[in-house]
Amino acid sequence: MTNITDLKVAELRDGFRKGDFSARDVAVAFNEAVAGAKALNAFIVTTPDHALAAADAADKARAAGDLKLLSGVPIGMKDLFCTKGVQTTAASHILEGFVPPYESTVSGKLWAAGAGMLGKLNMDQFAMGSSNETSAFGNVISPWKRNDGGNAALTPGGSSGGSSAAIAAHLVPAATGTDTGGSIRQPAAFTGISGVKPTYGRCSRFGIVAFASSLDQAGAMAHDVRDCAIMLEAMSGFDPKDSTSLDAPVPNWEAGLSSNLKGKRIGIPKEYHAEGMPAEIEALWQQGIAWLKDAGAEIVNVSLPHTKYALPAYYVIAPAEASSNLARYDGVRYGLRDLPDGAGLQDMYAATRAAGFGAEVKRRIMLGTYVLSAGFYDAYYTQAQKLRTLIAQDFDKAWAQCDLLLTPTAPSAAFGLGEKQDDQLAMYLNDVFTVPASLAGLPAMSVPGGVDGQGLPLGLQVIGKALDEQGVLNACLALEERAGFTARAEKWW
Amino acid sequence: MSVDETIVRKVASLARIALSEAEVAALVPEFNALLNWVDQLGEVDVSGVQPMTAVIPNTLRLREDVVSHDPTTGGDVRDAVLANAPAAQHGFFGVPKVIE
Repeated sequence: MTNITDLKVAELRDGFRKGDFSARDVAVAFNEAVAGAKALNAFIVTTPDHALAAADAADKARAAGDLKLLSGVPIGMKDLFCTKGVQTTAASHILEGFVPPYESTVSGKLWAAGAGMLGKLNMDQFAMGSSNETSAFGNVISPWKRNDGGNAALTPGGSSGGSSAAIAAHLVPAATGTDTGGSIRQPAAFTGISGVKPTYGRCSRFGIVAFASSLDQAGAMAHDVRDCAIMLEAMSGFDPKDSTSLDAPVPNWEAGLSSNLKGKRIGIPKEYHAEGMPAEIEALWQQGIAWLKDAGAEIVNVSLPHTKYALPAYYVIAPAEASSNLARYDGVRYGLRDLPDGAGLQDMYAATRAAGFGAEVKRRIMLGTYVLSAGFYDAYYTQAQKLRTLIAQDFDKAWAQCDLLLTPTAPSAAFGLGEKQDDQLAMYLNDVFTVPASLAGLPAMSVPGGVDGQGLPLGLQVIGKALDEQGVLNACLALEERAGFTARAEKWW
Repeated sequence: MSVDETIVRKVASLARIALSEAEVAALVPEFNALLNWVDQLGEVDVSGVQPMTAVIPNTLRLREDVVSHDPTTGGDVRDAVLANAPAAQHGFFGVPKVIE
């Protein structure tokens, strides 16, 4: 019999339906994998009982002929999603011990679709980071190693690094992620898995710990395109509890999957030829172009002239929104309180936030406070929002010439933990290819394309028009079929 | 525009984050490096460009002007609201004395 933890979401769902195994068998197998992988530090808390309870319910539903979309499939939940009765921390000390009295809309939809939860996944603190080194609960270690004989611990990417590591290590078949500037796509690329960020507003933000509300968007991470389509279908949909939720029907993305790209025009944005980009990434990009041609697509060269301003605009807008959103952590209503002897209210706020937030979170709150402060607001914040308009208009103009865009996902393969700790700007540059689609609210996805000379995965990104998740998924499917990516991290944990 | 320790202290105070002298000193060069990099935004002519307000066109909805009884966002859930408070007392949030 095949090893259950090797199976993907669709295989688990279909095998369970056919009676190859029970949902309980599946939950037990993944619970064991999770329990045996503490060395990766991918989870902040594990919830084996939640997975077992959902499995037992699925087994009963199967007997009763009442199966749901994800019956029999256990998943991982990024610790940014509030889960009723289960600690939710955003990987920050300031929320340690916080047990939400309510469920986020996205997690609630997944449970309603029959999925169970294996645990809450580690991440960069408040989703602020690209390497999972800002978590208050320690770094997540990638299951991948370089093939150079060294034993360097590598980053699984960030901020959804617990999600990417857990999937790549086959501890969970799929997981939720959130993407503010690339936090689903970059970790997916670093660990050889697939990750899709839908159009802004597809997935409700209700119950997701807020970072930068105009950018935050939940999405799906899994081994392949089909699994991402299944997950995203379960997660999406209108929610009156989120004022920016899109009141649009959720297509049946899995049923619509087709890798025949005849009649599709794929744009190649010249500005994404970043300076100093490794030759292997440039070569993979060219390979991706050839694959899409082979799938029947027409390739057109396009220009997105304001691309170079996306990252600096993002590092004004996201910290500005974060400084406002994170004002709620005051030591009064929930989370940590640090009340020095004889301190007044203001001192308590300052002491609580000093003790509770990590260094990167403080840095971004302060940067955001500065760019919003009197005298600087127009020069920084308004200017950045105008650039954001220009960046979105670049995409609109490109859509006159093409239907989708193909780019690399990240400018490098996974790097070693600690290697970029001292250089904030170098760390921020990780997201240079993912941030523009976030600023424009567009659906985008990363799929593995191959490995570099050190045996590490590299990703390709497809960006689509608003609401065209199907086009993005289909182009990614065409890449996936041609890449034939089968590399897998060898088990060392 | 260059940031010095005085400005960093002022921003920290606005953000309600207590910083040690060492943290203030470390933040000065970090802030300046980031702001110098962000300053490139100023080189773009944005005359006539409207700042972005919504990435996807969407109409903000109004709900009915009545007390909501939604089990998660409506009223009558005092105990749930206070359940995670570090110092809840008598059905209220507890804070240090604010009036001398």
